[in-house]
Amino acid sequence: MFAVAAIALFIGMILVLIRLYAGPTLYDRVLAGNAFGTYTVLFIGNLGFLMGRPDFLDIALLYALINFVGTIAILKYFRYRAIGDTSPTPRGTPTANGKLKDQGYKS
Amino acid sequence: MELFINLTLFFMLVVTALAILRMRHLFAVVALSGVFSLLCALLFVTLDAVDVAFTEAAVGAGISTVLLLGTMALTARNEKMPRSFSPVPLLVVVATGAVLIYGTLDMASFGSALSPAQTHVAAQYLERTPTDMGIPNVVTAVLSSYRGFDTLGEVVVVFTAAVGVLSLIGGLGRRRYKKEEAQE
Repeated sequence: MFAVAAIALFIGMILVLIRLYAGPTLYDRVLAGNAFGTYTVLFIGNLGFLMGRPDFLDIALLYALINFVGTIAILKYFRYRAIGDTSPTPRGTPTANGKLKDQGYKS
Repeated sequence: MELFINLTLFFMLVVTALAILRMRHLFAVVALSGVFSLLCALLFVTLDAVDVAFTEAAVGAGISTVLLLGTMALTARNEKMPRSFSPVPLLVVVATGAVLIYGTLDMASFGSALSPAQTHVAAQYLERTPTDMGIPNVVTAVLSSYRGFDTLGEVVVVFTAAVGVLSLIGGLGRRRYKKEEAQE
C-alpha cells in the first residue's frame, strides 16, 4: 500500500515539475514550487513507513515549516521588491503626498 | 523498491538540472534550483543521512532561494542569450566532474564496516555517548560536545557570512529608497 502511495507521489512530483517548467505565469511557478515542497514532506513521511522505520516523521514537519517560510519569502519579494528592509513604504502602493512617509520616520 | 525510488529520484534530478540549463526566465531557474536541492535532500533521506538532508533542505531550498531572489532584485528578470557557443565552461564542468568521480574510486563502498568512518573513533562515540551525555542522538552529541569547538567555528563562519550578505542586500535596498525619495 505504501509502495502504491510512493508511486502516486512520484507521478504527482513529475506533474508539478512539468508545471514548474512550462507554467506561463509567475504564480503557477510559485504554487508549483510550494506543491513540490509539500510532496517532499509527504514522501519523507511515506518513506519512513515504507522502510518500516517511521522515526523520521517529525523531520517531515520541519520540512513543512521551511516550505512555508520559503513561500512567504518569495511572495514578500514579489510584493515589496526586497526581502530584508521593507520600510518605509512598499513600492507600488500609492503614497498620498509624502506627508505620511515623513510622519513614519519621525515617530 | 529502494532501487526504484533511487532511480526515480535521480531521473527527476537530471531532468531538473537540464531544465535549469534550458530556462531563460530567472525566477523559474531559482524555483527549479530549490526543487533540485529538495530532491537531493530526499536522496539523502533514502541513504539514512537525515541530518545532512535537513541541512541541504534548509540551506539549499530555504536560504539559497531567498538569497538568489535578493540577487535577482538587483539584476534582470531574464537571462540574455549567449552570442556564441564557448567550450570553456563545458570543459571546466566536465573536468571537475571527472576529478570528483576519480576521487570516489577508492572510497569504501556504501555501508562497509571497514570504511575509515567506522573504524576510527566512531565506535567510541557510540559506546560513550549514553554515559557521557545521556542523550539518544549520537550525531547531536558529536556535534555539540565532542567537536564543540569545531561547531563553534562553523557557527562563527555562518554568522559572519549572514551578516555580510545582509549588510550588502539591506544597504543596497536602503540606498534605493533614499534615491526614490530624492526623486519624489
